[in-house]
Amino acid sequence: MSSPGSGNRIVQWIEYRLPIFSWLDHTVGSGYPAPKNLNYLWNMGSLAGVALVIQIVTGIVLAMHYVPHGNMAFDSVEHIMRNVNYGWLIRYIHANGASMFFLVVYIHVFRGLYYGSYKYPRELLWWIGLAIMLLMMATAFMGYVLPWGQMSFWAATVITNLFSAIPLIGEPIVTWLWGGFAVDSPTLQRFYSLHYLLPFVIAGVVIVHIWALHTHGSNNPTGIDVKGPQDTLPFHPYYTVKDLFGLGLFLIIFAYWVFYNPNYLGHPDNYIPANPLQTPPHIVPEWYLLPYYAILRAIPDKLGGIVVMGAAIGVLFLIPWLDTSRVRSATFRPIYKQFYWILVADILILGWVGANPPEGYFILIGQLATAYYFLHFIIVMPFVGWFETPRQLPDSIATSVLDKGGGADTAKEGAP
Amino acid sequence: MSTTTSGGGHGDDASRRDFLYIATGAFGGIGTALAVWPLIDQMNPSSDVLALASTEVDLSPVKEGQAITVVWRSKPVFIRHRTATEIEAARNVIVEDLRDPQADEDRVQQDKWLIMVGVCTHLGCVPLGQKATDPQGEFGGWFCPCHGSHYDTSGRIRKGPAPANLMVPPYEFLSDTTIKIG
Repeated sequence: MSSPGSGNRIVQWIEYRLPIFSWLDHTVGSGYPAPKNLNYLWNMGSLAGVALVIQIVTGIVLAMHYVPHGNMAFDSVEHIMRNVNYGWLIRYIHANGASMFFLVVYIHVFRGLYYGSYKYPRELLWWIGLAIMLLMMATAFMGYVLPWGQMSFWAATVITNLFSAIPLIGEPIVTWLWGGFAVDSPTLQRFYSLHYLLPFVIAGVVIVHIWALHTHGSNNPTGIDVKGPQDTLPFHPYYTVKDLFGLGLFLIIFAYWVFYNPNYLGHPDNYIPANPLQTPPHIVPEWYLLPYYAILRAIPDKLGGIVVMGAAIGVLFLIPWLDTSRVRSATFRPIYKQFYWILVADILILGWVGANPPEGYFILIGQLATAYYFLHFIIVMPFVGWFETPRQLPDSIATSVLDKGGGADTAKEGAP
Repeated sequence: MSTTTSGGGHGDDASRRDFLYIATGAFGGIGTALAVWPLIDQMNPSSDVLALASTEVDLSPVKEGQAITVVWRSKPVFIRHRTATEIEAARNVIVEDLRDPQADEDRVQQDKWLIMVGVCTHLGCVPLGQKATDPQGEFGGWFCPCHGSHYDTSGRIRKGPAPANLMVPPYEFLSDTTIKIG
């Protein structure tokens, strides 16, 4: 691995004083070997990074025109939409960008879940990723409050009121969060401050995430470890180009929402200015929070609902130990693979229930889907790991790729 | 922090160092905590918000069966001029069977005037039921559209996820037709 640009004297001069070129080469260059069998699901990490940058850039620009005050916030957003040059475009990119960010991050998480990327030695990598996801939820929630429409106001009210369920200190905490006796301008102003701060915190945690990733390298579709240079390709140019191609597709989908359907993922009630005296008849969160909302409402008890909703994410921190299988990738786990897809369906059902009012059979479906969600992690994961006979793993990443090239089955069937 | 960096054998020295470590750590820790407090307390309600803590209301225009909503501490306060039927419905209840047991008599100062904070005790939405055209729930009082809590004609929780009755704010009658909330 000769250092890059070694012929260029300026590069050499800089490299001798600040070895940034060799650092880049080891991070995203030809000096970083990645498994040669990564599929397109491994594009989501870089896409999430791009989505974060898009949110930060558009957000900084919006902050030049937005006014974080209860009397002026709504009007300033309309000002951005109608008067500011390209304000409509920048705001639609920012609003839909949040959805696109969650979309790629959720695919990223489900990919990790399928291929066992959370297992030894990547447990901390998984935890750091979950921390990023929680930070994203907090950031997205506070950003949603800023336009100060009806949905903004009542989302702020309902979510901050979750803390009032804490025994004894709940009420003082809520008053402290609000800076008053109800959600009002002081609440909006602090949310604005934190909404500006948190993306940079996320960027910092992303660096730690990548650091942990590069310690043991990417997992791969077979879930088996890299055994030597024959199993890898240099990150540049192979995966830089693959990531860029994926980025092109991602931006096409992104542009569809921004230019052809910019309000589809939002809620029309948020174009009504915040009114503290009237709650909209049906309040729902954005799509990316619907499954958690369904879990919250499935429990007919205030504190219980909040505890269970928190546990829905908390249990994800435990899966490196709840999953008892020695095999990482679900590709080689015939039983677990089926449960995996049931879980995906279950989470989609939770999202659908969360979008509907808590009436009639939606209540029952929500409760069953919530029960199954926890059943999957607490019962199915350990027991399937113990009793399932996995299919035979390929000898190495290189042989699995070569077998595939012949057009035959990916993996030789074992004889269980 | 309790281990000493010296090579050992100096028992006195080690315990003195331990003391210095602990004292320095405690001093720094307490000092930092004191310095952090203003940064936390600045988020609590400011003086001007606290100053707006009472509201006077003239009840004379509110006819029997009508309800009005006024703002106190930027929260809605429901004032309902209850009919005799509504008062009777509120009192014909076995108090012990309620989720948040409270007799109607303990929730009003004058029987016909029900005054309470119009904020659902579940997650803070404003229940419907102030207008004649609103849904008033299964008990003729208020219905919260967010998560489906039903309140009766005394504002007590009867069905749904809310844990407590609608809160009765501190108020006093300044005259027969004027009240001061807060």
